[in-house]
Amino acid sequence: MKDLINLGLNHANILGATYADVRIVRTTAESISLKNGRVEEISSASDFGFGVRVLANGAWGFASSFRLGEKGVEDTTALAVQIAKASALAKTKDVFLAPVELVQASYRMPFSIDPFKVSLEKKLDLLAKAEEILRRNKGVKISQASMNIFRRNQVFASSEGSYIEQEITHCGAGIAATAIKEGDIQVRSFPNSHGGQFGAGGYELIESLKLMENAERIAEEAVALLSAKDCPSTTTTIILDSSQVALQVHESLGHPAELDRVMGAEISLAGGSFLTPDKLNKFKYGSEIVNIIADATIQGGLGTFGYDDEGVPAQRMELVKDGIFVGYLTSRETAPLLNRRSNGCMRADGWSRIPLIRMTNINLESGKPTLEEMISDTDEGIYMETNKSWSIDDKRLNFQFATEMAREIKRGKLGALIKNANYTGMTPTFWGSCDAIADENHWQIWGIPNCGKGEPVQIAHVGHGASPARFKNVRVGVRK
Amino acid sequence: MIAEGEILDVVEKVVDWSPADQTEALLFVSDSALTRFANSAIHQNVAERDIKLSIRVVVGKKIGGASTNNIGDESIKEALSTAIAIAKNSTEDPDFRSLPEKMPLTELDSFIPATAGYSPEDRARAVLKMIEAASAKGLTTAGSHSTGVFAVGLANSLGVRAVSKLTLANLSTIAMSKNSSGYAGFFSKGVREIDLELVAKIATDKALKSQNPVGLEPGVYTVILEADAVADMLSTLAFMGLGALSVQEGRSFMCGKIGQSIVGENITILDDALSPETIGFPFDFEGVPKQRVTLIENGVAKNVVYDSYTAAKEGRKSTGHALPHPNIYGPLPTNLFLRGGKSSLKEMIASTKRGILVTRFHYTNVEDPMKTIFTGMTRDGTFLIEDGEIKRGIKNLRFTQSIQEALKNVEILSCETFLKSTFLGTCRVPAMKIGKFSFTGATEF
Repeated sequence: MKDLINLGLNHANILGATYADVRIVRTTAESISLKNGRVEEISSASDFGFGVRVLANGAWGFASSFRLGEKGVEDTTALAVQIAKASALAKTKDVFLAPVELVQASYRMPFSIDPFKVSLEKKLDLLAKAEEILRRNKGVKISQASMNIFRRNQVFASSEGSYIEQEITHCGAGIAATAIKEGDIQVRSFPNSHGGQFGAGGYELIESLKLMENAERIAEEAVALLSAKDCPSTTTTIILDSSQVALQVHESLGHPAELDRVMGAEISLAGGSFLTPDKLNKFKYGSEIVNIIADATIQGGLGTFGYDDEGVPAQRMELVKDGIFVGYLTSRETAPLLNRRSNGCMRADGWSRIPLIRMTNINLESGKPTLEEMISDTDEGIYMETNKSWSIDDKRLNFQFATEMAREIKRGKLGALIKNANYTGMTPTFWGSCDAIADENHWQIWGIPNCGKGEPVQIAHVGHGASPARFKNVRVGVRK
Repeated sequence: MIAEGEILDVVEKVVDWSPADQTEALLFVSDSALTRFANSAIHQNVAERDIKLSIRVVVGKKIGGASTNNIGDESIKEALSTAIAIAKNSTEDPDFRSLPEKMPLTELDSFIPATAGYSPEDRARAVLKMIEAASAKGLTTAGSHSTGVFAVGLANSLGVRAVSKLTLANLSTIAMSKNSSGYAGFFSKGVREIDLELVAKIATDKALKSQNPVGLEPGVYTVILEADAVADMLSTLAFMGLGALSVQEGRSFMCGKIGQSIVGENITILDDALSPETIGFPFDFEGVPKQRVTLIENGVAKNVVYDSYTAAKEGRKSTGHALPHPNIYGPLPTNLFLRGGKSSLKEMIASTKRGILVTRFHYTNVEDPMKTIFTGMTRDGTFLIEDGEIKRGIKNLRFTQSIQEALKNVEILSCETFLKSTFLGTCRVPAMKIGKFSFTGATEF
C-alpha cells in the first residue's frame, strides 16, 4: 500500500504538483430493514478505491479510481494534475494552505461489540420483535424497523510527509409506525426519524436503544395522532425535544458556520451563509444562554475522528459563546483567510470525493432547568417532538420545520395531542428567543448519517449534542 | 471506460457461478467529471471512475443482496457467497413471485462521443465564458459544469441480458450582484448542445433585473413558475405518490383516485424513458423494457408505475420502473413529462395583472405526502409582475403549498418544454402560470 501511495505522490511531483495527498479508503456497510412483517432489505456493500488531490499551477485538481494498481495510480495522478492545470486557467489567486503539524499516526474508534461479527439472525430477531409489536396495533398500516452498520478504513498520506491510518465504525437503528385514515397520514418514529439513532461505536449502541420497549408507545401515538387536532396557526412559545433541537442546530448554525460555504464555495448547490466574516466575535447569534461547541473528540458522536482528511487532528472549539458568534469550521485553505490555522473539519465521502468542510459534532451546551421545570414554567405553548420535514433558505436564515408529534402546554402542563405541527422563523431571531435549555440529564448526542453537501453530492455522518430547549414568540401551524 | 461486452461478461459470470434458485447481477460503470466555480474562479475540479456490481439472489422466497466495486473473480465469488448467506438467513417473502423473464429490448442512442471526450480544458474554457460574461456586466459568478459516461449491464438467471450506456452533460450558472442573483442551466446528453452564450445571458439578465429587491408581503399570489421550479414540483409529486408501492401501502394521493379527476384538465403527466426528448436507459434495473406510462391525463388519475414485485402483487406486468436492488422506495417514474400548452412565458407575463415570477425553488421538502403539501424557498431570480410586465426583483419568499391544489389552478402552460435534471431523474416540463400559490414567509434577501 505504501509503495502505491509513494508512487502517486512522486508521480504528482514529477508532473508539476506542488502539493499532493492520497487517500485509500475501504468502506463496508450492512443494511437491514423490515416492513409489515417481511424483510424489505438485507444487503452488504463493500467499496474500495483511492483519490489523489493535487495543487498544480496554484489550483486544485482531483481524480479518483477503483483501480488501485501501479497503472491505475499513475493514470489517476496524471489526470488529477491535468485537471489542476485546467483549473488554473480560471483562477484569481493561488491556493495557499495553512501549515500543519506532520503526523505519523493511527486512530481506531473504540467499540465493545463488533457489529459486523454479530450474527444476522440476532440482528433480525431484534428488529423483527420490535416491528411485530408495532404491527399488533391494528391502526398501524405501515410498520418498519431498520438497522445500518458502517465501517471505514482509510489511509491518508501527503507530499508533506503525513501518514495516517484510521478506522471508524458507526451504527444505528430505529422503528417507525405509520397510521393512515381517510387521507390523513401520521408517522411516529423512535428514537428518531429518518432511520433512527446513530452513533460511533459497536453493536452495544443498538442494544441500548430499547426499540422493543418503546414500540407499543410509538404505535399508539401514531394512531392517536389521526384523531388529534391540527396545530393551531398562531405565534406562541415552543419547546423542542432534543432531537429536533439537534436538527435546528445542524441547519441553522452547523451549515452556516462552514467557512467554505461562507466564502461562496457552495453557492452552486445549497447556497451561502449569513454568517459573513464581519460578524465574527460581534454578531448576536442567540440569547445569552446559547453556547455551541464543535467537538470532534467527544466519545460516541458521528462527527468524531482522529484526524480530518487533510491530516489535521480532531479538535474542540467554540462557535457560539454566550450568544455571540465566535468561530467557524475551517480547512487548511480557508483558515488563512482569517489568519488562523485549520481546526480540522475537512472530510470526504469515501475515496471518490474531495474533502469538504463538514460538521463534526456541533453541540448545544445544556442549561439549568429540567424539562419538567421548563414545561411547568410555560403558561401556554406547544411541545414538539421528532423531525418530519426541514427546509431553510440559501443563506440559512428563513427556516421551516415540521415535527411528527406535538402537545399543547397549558398552565404548565402537557395537554392534548397535536398533529401536523410545524414552526418557522429567522435564525438569529429564533435563537435570540431561546430562554431555556434543559439540563445535562436531558442532553444527548444525536447522529445524522445523511448530511448532504457538495457537487457531486457527498453524504457525511455528523453528530449533535442537544437538550430540549424553549423558544418564545414562534410562528407555528403554517398552512397553505 | 469498460466496454459493453466486458460489462456483460461480468454480469453473466455472476449468474453462471451462482447456485441460488434465481440470480440477478447489475453492473454500473461511470466515468464522470465536474468543474465547480465560485467567486468567478474554478475552486473544485474532480474526476471519478467507479463501478458497482450489485448481486441479488433468491433462495426459495428468501432474498439477499451484496455489492462490491471489485470485479475480480475472488471478489465476485465473495459477494455472491455473502448474498446467498444473507438470503439463507433471511425470512421468506410470500409476495415475491420471480425475477423478470427475458423480453425484447429497444436500443436507445444516448451516447454522444463529444460528451465522452470532453476534457478538463474544455470544461475550464466553458466556465471561463460564464465568468467573462458575468464580469462584463460587473457581476460575479458561481456554478458547475459536468460531463460523464454512465453504463449499466444486467443479467439474470431467467435469461435477461441487457446493456446500455449514455452520456450526460450539465451546466449551471448563477450570476450575482451585491444584492441579487440569476440562475440559468442546461442539461443534455450532448455537451456541444449547450449554448454557453445563452446560458450566461439568461443568468446575467436575471441578476441585473433583480438588483435592489424589495420585500413583498407573503400571501396568496398568481405565480409564474419557470421550468426549473416546475420540475422540482413535479419530481416531488412523483416521489410522493406516483409509484405502485406508495399506492399499495395506502400512502399516496393516488389511492382510490384512479379514473377520477384530481387536478386541472390541462394537466397531463407521463413517464417515457424511450422518448428522444429525454435521456434514459431503455430498460429498468431489473432488465424490464421501459414503457411509456400515462400517470395523469387531462387531469384524471390514470396509472402509477410498477416493478416486478409490485406488479406481481396485483397480477399485472411490470411497467419497467424498478430501481436498483436493494430498494426501499419501490418503483418510481424517472423520466417524467408534463405536457406543454400553447402559450409562452412572455404571454404568461403579459396576461398577469399582479403576480410573482419564480426562476427556481430551493430546498423543497414534503410536509404531507397525501395532501401533497410541500414547502421551500424561491431563489436566484424572483420578480414582481404588475400590469403585464416584470416590475422589479423581490426578496425571496417561502411557500407552503399543496401541489395537487396548485395543479388544479394552472391557467397557462408554455408550448416550449425544457429538459431538467432532478433528484429523481429527468423531467421535461413547460413553464406554467398558476392562479393561486401560497407564499407563507419571506427572507431578508
